[in-house]
Amino acid sequence: MYRYDDFDERFVRERVAQFRGQVERRLSGALTEDEFKPLRLMNGLYLQLHAYMLRVAIPYGMLSSHQMRQLAMIADRWDRGYGHFTTRQNIQYNWPQLKDVPDILEALADVEMHAIQTSGNCIRNVTSDPFAGVAADEIEDPRPTAEMLRQWSSLHPEFSFLPRKFKIAITGSPNDRAATRVHDIGLRMVRDADGNPGFEVMVGGGQGRTPMIAKVLRDFVPKQQLIAYLEATMRVYNLHGRRDNKFKARIKILVHELGIEEFTRQVEAEFAAMDLPAVSPDPAEWARIEEAFTPPTYAALPEVSPLFVRAYETIPEFAAWADINLMPHKAQGYAGVTVSLKPIGGIPGDATSDQMRILADAADRFGFGQLRVAHEQNIVLPDVPVNDLPALWRMLAAAGLDTPNRGLITDIIACPGLDYCSLATARSIPIAQSISERFADLKRQREIGPLAIKISGCINACGHHHVGHIGVLGLEKHGQEYYQITLGGTPEGDAAVGVNAGPGLAAEQVPEAIERLVDHYLNERLDGETFLKTYRRLGHDAFKGALYAAG
Amino acid sequence: MPLVDDRGFHGDRWRHIADDEALPETGDVIVSQGRIAEALARPCGRVGTELGPDGDPEALVPHFGDLALIAVTFRSFADGRGFSLARRLRALGFTGELRAAGHVICDQYPYLRACGFDHAEISTDLAKRQPEAYWLQAAKSITLGYQRGMARSTSIFDGRHPAERRLTA
Ligand code: SF4
Repeated sequence: MYRYDDFDERFVRERVAQFRGQVERRLSGALTEDEFKPLRLMNGLYLQLHAYMLRVAIPYGMLSSHQMRQLAMIADRWDRGYGHFTTRQNIQYNWPQLKDVPDILEALADVEMHAIQTSGNCIRNVTSDPFAGVAADEIEDPRPTAEMLRQWSSLHPEFSFLPRKFKIAITGSPNDRAATRVHDIGLRMVRDADGNPGFEVMVGGGQGRTPMIAKVLRDFVPKQQLIAYLEATMRVYNLHGRRDNKFKARIKILVHELGIEEFTRQVEAEFAAMDLPAVSPDPAEWARIEEAFTPPTYAALPEVSPLFVRAYETIPEFAAWADINLMPHKAQGYAGVTVSLKPIGGIPGDATSDQMRILADAADRFGFGQLRVAHEQNIVLPDVPVNDLPALWRMLAAAGLDTPNRGLITDIIACPGLDYCSLATARSIPIAQSISERFADLKRQREIGPLAIKISGCINACGHHHVGHIGVLGLEKHGQEYYQITLGGTPEGDAAVGVNAGPGLAAEQVPEAIERLVDHYLNERLDGETFLKTYRRLGHDAFKGALYAAG
Repeated sequence: MPLVDDRGFHGDRWRHIADDEALPETGDVIVSQGRIAEALARPCGRVGTELGPDGDPEALVPHFGDLALIAVTFRSFADGRGFSLARRLRALGFTGELRAAGHVICDQYPYLRACGFDHAEISTDLAKRQPEAYWLQAAKSITLGYQRGMARSTSIFDGRHPAERRLTA
């Protein structure tokens, strides 16, 4: 894992001091609220419905146990004892006081963390595959590049006042677990004919009110040139992205209006004029960062663990959890574990400070002290010996962290919605809770198989509803909340934006409507077909019919 | 209007001349691009011009030798085009003075300098709200940034590998 050196340390400390000054100047009136707003946003501080909300960066989702304990401490000391993990691999605190925020940032700096650029019209926290570095299907570990991007994008003098926010996602695997095609820039690791690592650069994807799948800007950029290539892309966007209308300001609109050919031409011209050696970090710097991601020393473990087999055969709850929540690991005898933050009827992505501490302890005991946050709002323990899985499971079960539902219908993504968010048009948490309760039966969930429900409380789509197999969008008309259902979206390889199924539904109708969709799928599916496959085979209208069938 | 640079606040020796205003015989003037030739024809005094957020830096290249100053205007501090325009002007070879004019705030001062600006021209009202001390403090708020190839002397990426830098320099 990357550790701060003296340069990084000084940088975040100075940043905290700077923000402390900005808060003082705001309180004294030297900064107007208008002027303070972008400054606080660039430090992750939002003004929400009931209070300020602080969003803390978890770069590419990586956390040490030590950092997780500090997050728990912050939740206890300055918030109400819990935090919310988001679809962008961040954590949000919902109740901090403005005057305390500099101290919270200081406490984050103590464990090499910050809230820089988790908000605002700048390059946001870079996201990645939660299984980066351990997945069996990976071309190369994307995290060194993600860390390089974190550093390069931090307080970038040229790109801190962009037309709009800018999100970059990166994956090292052909199986995209980072939703790269719905980001402003998506980076997919590839090799050229000579085996050199580089990236396919995709641009103009996004969700929000105009969902778009990213287009290929360049099919190969050598790793060493990536920073320069991104600078060229960002410059074209900064100069020409629309600033007249907030809803048309994302890069996807620029790419759409210019056309990908013209946009590419402009980026390539900018890139060609660039002084590559002056802009690009040294090979020595790449090497330094890469070294920080040297894999832990895995023990030579046998292929089969008798302890695991015994537990698997004798404890059905454990067997179910093992079937559902594990990922194949590249090292023999290890597994990647998803700890679901989606208990039946719970708030997706929320964790109490006690749970955070238990996760930290579990990571220390069983997984090299490492944790990841997945964009599905779950926590991952990337390297657990298979032999230790029964003990880990018991520990998690005692804290209510053993829900076996990764990728199943109750593994619902939901944004905070009207319960917290000042932009919301409807609630999303209670909808997630009622769907989760309706499908609580694990046997039924497993019969249904992989099904991603994603819920947003407004058109901004933080709950990724556009790329849910079933998407739910909360809207409002004449003071009444209602919910629009979209079908067939997915963020993965063959990424697609879901199609709106028709008139909205009242909150209490949503679980039943979803039940009808599921029943239709179960009746119609062919052997081994997932919901998405059946949907694609039968077409939108068949499911639309089921959704609105008498009920 | 007050100017601010690394040493603090100063008076402005340059005068903005509106298009419908007669050019003074002497003194340093900032004129619109269409009046550059006219301003150069004066017996003495230096000439600068303005570049708006929609402006094209390439169009100024033929004038680089004649222009002592380019004032890049910021419509609002939240409109960051000026940062990219400054970097382009420097990359195209402009070595005269670069001024940030319009609405910029003290928190942006280090970014302005890193992108190649020499100073900022701020309103009297802003100078009251954000006095000299704020700008001087903002200037040194972050000792080193990460990005390479900027107009500041060095970066974190350089600081970490001093030997390599000397080799490639
Ligand atoms: S989707 Fe809307 S309601 Fe939900 S978090 Fe985003 S802005 Fe708030």
